Amino acid sequence: MIETRGFRILRVFGLAFITLIIVLPLYVVITTSIKPLKDVRGAFEWIPSEFTLAPYLDIWTTVPLGKYFANSMIVTISATILSVSIAILAAYALSRFDFRGARSFRLIVLSTQMFPGILFLLPLFLIFTQLERAVGLQLNGSYLGLIVTYMTFSLPFSIWMLTGFFASMPKELEEAAMVDGLGRLGALVKVVLPVARPGIIAVSVYCFITSWSEVLFASVLTNKDTRTLSIGLQAYASQTDVYWNQMMAASVVVSIPVLAGFLFAQRHLVAGLSSGAVK
Amino acid sequence: MPTITQAPPETSEPLKPRDASKAIKRSSIKRDRFFPYALSAPAAFLELLIHIVPMLLGVWIAFLSLTQFSIANWVKAPFVGLQNFITALDPNGPIGSQFFDALGRTFLFTVLVVAIAWSLGIFAAVLLASKFRGNGFFRTLFLVPYALPSYVTTIAWAFMFNQRDGMVNRFLVEDLGILDEGPFWLLGGNSFFVMVVVAVWQFWPFAFLMLLAAVQSIPNEVYEAASLDGASLWKQFTSITLPMIKHANVVLLLMLGLWVFNQFDIPYLLFGPVSPEEATLISPLIYQQSFNNWNFGVGGALSVVLLIALLIVSAFYIRLVMPKEKSIDD
Repeated sequence: MIETRGFRILRVFGLAFITLIIVLPLYVVITTSIKPLKDVRGAFEWIPSEFTLAPYLDIWTTVPLGKYFANSMIVTISATILSVSIAILAAYALSRFDFRGARSFRLIVLSTQMFPGILFLLPLFLIFTQLERAVGLQLNGSYLGLIVTYMTFSLPFSIWMLTGFFASMPKELEEAAMVDGLGRLGALVKVVLPVARPGIIAVSVYCFITSWSEVLFASVLTNKDTRTLSIGLQAYASQTDVYWNQMMAASVVVSIPVLAGFLFAQRHLVAGLSSGAVK
Repeated sequence: MPTITQAPPETSEPLKPRDASKAIKRSSIKRDRFFPYALSAPAAFLELLIHIVPMLLGVWIAFLSLTQFSIANWVKAPFVGLQNFITALDPNGPIGSQFFDALGRTFLFTVLVVAIAWSLGIFAAVLLASKFRGNGFFRTLFLVPYALPSYVTTIAWAFMFNQRDGMVNRFLVEDLGILDEGPFWLLGGNSFFVMVVVAVWQFWPFAFLMLLAAVQSIPNEVYEAASLDGASLWKQFTSITLPMIKHANVVLLLMLGLWVFNQFDIPYLLFGPVSPEEATLISPLIYQQSFNNWNFGVGGALSVVLLIALLIVSAFYIRLVMPKEKSIDD
C-alpha cells in the first residue's frame, strides 16, 4: 500500500494492538516462572513480589522433567531424521523423473497429509496390540511405536515440501555433474544435496517442531517410562495442586529447543511454508 | 541395485561435449526406468504401512463389534454389519445425538476461528508488507505463537483462565471492575469460547505467514496508480489487495479450515481426555468413544463418516471457489 499519513497512523496502532495480544500470555508465562511459590498460591498478581530462579531448579524434581525431555528428544530426532532422509529420495524422484505411478504416489502423499491423526491412531493402536500378541513385539508404549506414528504426519509433509524445493533447482546441476563422471546417485549426494541444504534444514526444523508438540499419539502410545513432554506436563498441569511458577518455568525450558530452531531456520522456513500460497 | 551406485562407463572417460550429452541421454534412458522406483521405494513402502493399511483397517473395524472384551484379540471380533453406523448416526440415540451436536459445534468453531485468524492475519500482513524500521522484529514476534509448542501455550491459557486465581478474572473483576465475581471459564458454555480464543491465538500467525507472502507479491505500481486516481486505503484494499491474493486465500482457507476442524490438541490440553459437553469437537469425540468408552467399533464408524465428510467438503470447497477466480474486478 502507499504509505500515506493515515496508513502510518493505522500501522502504529495496529502493530501495538497485535503486539499486546501476542505478548500478554508470554508475559504471564515468563513473570510467573520467576515468582516465589507464595505469589502463585493466591490471586494473580501482575508484578512478582520478588524475583527468584528457584522454580527453574525445583521443577526437575517436582516432575521427572529430565526424563520427559530425553524421551521427547529421542522420539522427535529419530522421527525427523528418518522422515527427512526417506523423503529426500522420494522427493528427488518425484521432482526429476516422469515415471509410471508418480501421479498416484503424489496424490496419496497429498491426501494423507490432509487427514487428521485420529483416523490413523485407532487402527495403528489395534495393529500394535495385535503385533504384541502375535510376535511379542512391543510397540504400545515404546519409542519405536511412537516414532512410526510420528512419521504418519512428518513423512508426507517432508516429501511434499522437498519435492517443491528440488523442482525449483536447475536440472543443469546434475547434468554437469554427470558429465564429470558421477552417477545419478553420486550427482544427488555430491551436488544436489549441498545446494538443497537450506531447504532440507527448513523441512527438518519443521518436522522437529511438529513432533516436539505432538499430543494425540503420545497420549495413547506412551507409558510411564516413555512419556513425552506434552503428556507429562499436561498430566502435571491438570492436578489439583499445581506449583504454577514451576510449571511455567518448565514451559520456558521446553520451548527453548523449538524457538532456537525456528529462529535459526526462520527465513527458509517462511519461504518454504508460504510457497504453496503464491502463484 | 549395483547399477545405480556405479558411474556409467560412458561418462567415466573424458568426452567431447556433443558425445557427452549423447552418452547421458543413452545412459539415462536405460537407468531412469529403475532409478525413480528405487528412490521412491522406501517412502512408498512406509506410506503403505502407516497410511494405506491403517486406513483400510480403519474402515474394516467400523463393521466389527469392538469393545473392551474383544479388543485384546480384535482379529476375532464379531462382524456386525452396519450396526456401528446405526448407533453412531441415530439422532435419537445417546451417541448419535452427541455426534450431530459435535458436528454442528465443530463447524461453528471452524468458521469462528478461521474468520478471526484470517482477519488478524490479513491486517498484520498489510501493515508489514512494506519495508520500514522494525519490520523484521514484528515479523518474527508475530510468528512466535506458531513456533511455540501448543501444549506450552494452551496450558498457559488454562492457567490464565483459572477461575479462582487466573489472570483473566483478576483483570475483569479487580482491574476493570466490570464483573463482581469471576466466572468459571473452563466449564459449561464458557469453555467453547476459551477454546476459540486459544485456537485463534495459535493459528493466526499461520494465516499471517501465508498472506504476507501473497500481499508482498503485489507490485507497488498498482497501488500507486490507484492512489493517483484517488482511491482510499479501504478501496485499494478491497479492489486491489483482496482480488490479487485470491489464490493464496483458497489454499489458506482450505488448509486452516481442515486443521481447525480436526483440532484435538487444544481441547485435550484444556480439559483433559473428556471435554465439557458444550465444547466437544469431532476428533475428541472419536477419541472418547474409542479410548475412554472402549467402543472402537463406534469410534471406527465415526472415523469413516469423518473421512467421507472431509473428502466431500474439500472437493465441494475447491469447486465452489475456483471458478470465481476469473471475475477479479467489479
